[in-house]
Amino acid sequence: MEIKNYIIRQISVFSENKPGRLAAIAKAFREEKINILAFSIAEADGFGVVRALVNQPDKAFKKLTSLGYNVAFTDVIAVKMKDEPGGLHEIAELLGEAEINMEYAYAYTGKDAAVLIIRVDLVEEAISRILSRGGSLLESKVFI
Amino acid sequence: MVMWDQQIETMPAQDLRKLQYRLLKTQVYRLYSFSPFYHERMKQANVHPDDITSLADVKKLPFMYKADLRDNYPDRLFTASRDDLVRYHVSSGTTGKPTVVGYTKNDLDNWTTSLARGLVSCGLGRGDVIQVSYGYGLFTGGLGLHYGAERIGATVLPTSVGNTERQIELMQDLHATAICCTPSYLLHMGEVAEKMGVSIKNDTDLAIGVLGAEPWTDLMRFRIQEWLGIRAYDVYGTSELSGPMFTECTEQKGFHVWSDLALVEVLDKDTGEPIAQGERGELVITMLQKEALPMIRFRIGDVSILDDDPCPCGRTHPRIRRIQGRVDDMLIIRGINVFPSQVEHTLMSISEVGQHFQIVVDRQGALDDMLVRVEISQNAFSDKINDLMKIRAKVEHKLRNALNVGVNVELVEPGSLPRFEGKSKKVIDRRNL
Repeated sequence: MEIKNYIIRQISVFSENKPGRLAAIAKAFREEKINILAFSIAEADGFGVVRALVNQPDKAFKKLTSLGYNVAFTDVIAVKMKDEPGGLHEIAELLGEAEINMEYAYAYTGKDAAVLIIRVDLVEEAISRILSRGGSLLESKVFI
Repeated sequence: MVMWDQQIETMPAQDLRKLQYRLLKTQVYRLYSFSPFYHERMKQANVHPDDITSLADVKKLPFMYKADLRDNYPDRLFTASRDDLVRYHVSSGTTGKPTVVGYTKNDLDNWTTSLARGLVSCGLGRGDVIQVSYGYGLFTGGLGLHYGAERIGATVLPTSVGNTERQIELMQDLHATAICCTPSYLLHMGEVAEKMGVSIKNDTDLAIGVLGAEPWTDLMRFRIQEWLGIRAYDVYGTSELSGPMFTECTEQKGFHVWSDLALVEVLDKDTGEPIAQGERGELVITMLQKEALPMIRFRIGDVSILDDDPCPCGRTHPRIRRIQGRVDDMLIIRGINVFPSQVEHTLMSISEVGQHFQIVVDRQGALDDMLVRVEISQNAFSDKINDLMKIRAKVEHKLRNALNVGVNVELVEPGSLPRFEGKSKKVIDRRNL
């Protein structure tokens, strides 16, 4: 089991907080036939960061950069949850016991299971702690 | 009508022009003899003092610019010996180099006289308590009005700027009847007073405001007068002229420019040619009696209209209307001169943001609000909101240090700010001036 297989490259895009900005980013993905698997928006006063897990992240990066966007890759991990009451609690408890410090997190319900995407400081450390406690992570190849 | 110096203030216009001609001729001879800078300028313009044979000949003389003072920092334009100087004032410059103004005893006396006439023309005098809430120190506003107010026998309350609550307490307790400050600071005081449960209109003796150092409109004047229960008069000047020099009279229809001290021309800003009476143009000012730092045909950068019509107040000296704009891109934010070039210089030293920017000036409540929109650089972009907030705080901090005025910063997407070919328009001024 290779720890690096669980590191997922999330694409982050700087966006002004005004109407039409999300549409512009989504349009770029559409034109390149890039599929968005998970997605969130963080906002501060006046600006925001759009975060997405996409298939073909390199293609997405190239396209958005060519359009002049500020784009960055960020390493995140995706923890599988049961798609039923208590699913999040089980995972949250596991993360707590593993003393994993989350920068931010967002969730989506995938085809097979619900998934919690988290950004942590020490990615590899976090992956091994989660796995050693019986947690289950999505592999990055899911997103290619 | 009470005047400070009835004889000079009501001198027939024709006599004033004769006096101006005599003073101009004297000043030009003096400069040709003692100012290497202006001697050289006159040589280049192929004009000799003997060519000045009427007041209209002033147009033969070469201009002086703000840049001349900067280029000759600190005192190379002075025509008085150091021993004859009794004071310096210093104003902030566009790109770091400030402007230094020196004064002889006579220079201070003329400046004070100019303001004494002005303050009396606003209805002030002995028995008034004048609160001077302009900054004291290197800035000319505080000390200028301080001595003008003392000269007319008023009592001065030299509060300078800041500590607004204490200012309001003193205004009440010492029965200030007039205040000198920027119009935006007075509005700010009005708001702070209300929070303290004090109505300037009902709970103080304040009756007159002599307000200036930044552009303001008649609309703002009506608001101040209505809300604070005072008469609000505009005052005009710059450090190159000595400081605040000319005020409106009780007619509130422009500044009387004392002809024995200054000669005003209004020129087309592009051709430098005189424009028709009553048309708006660039003000060009010649100081007729300055000794330490003479100013001949100084292109002050303000745009206005000269009004030669007799004033109902009885004063014969011409008036310039309230300032209607600038020929360059200088902004005045809460009384502080701000040049977009300063913003550009500062941003260039911050690697996290790009070189493109846009300044948006607005008036939030009483105070000017300056927003600088910058594009974040690709390599500085972080996924973490906290990092972005830190970049914004850093830019705000650096701009505040460079400009001496608080600035809000907005981070925008790269490429989203308008690009310009040639002369850019980087400033959006939404203040209704």
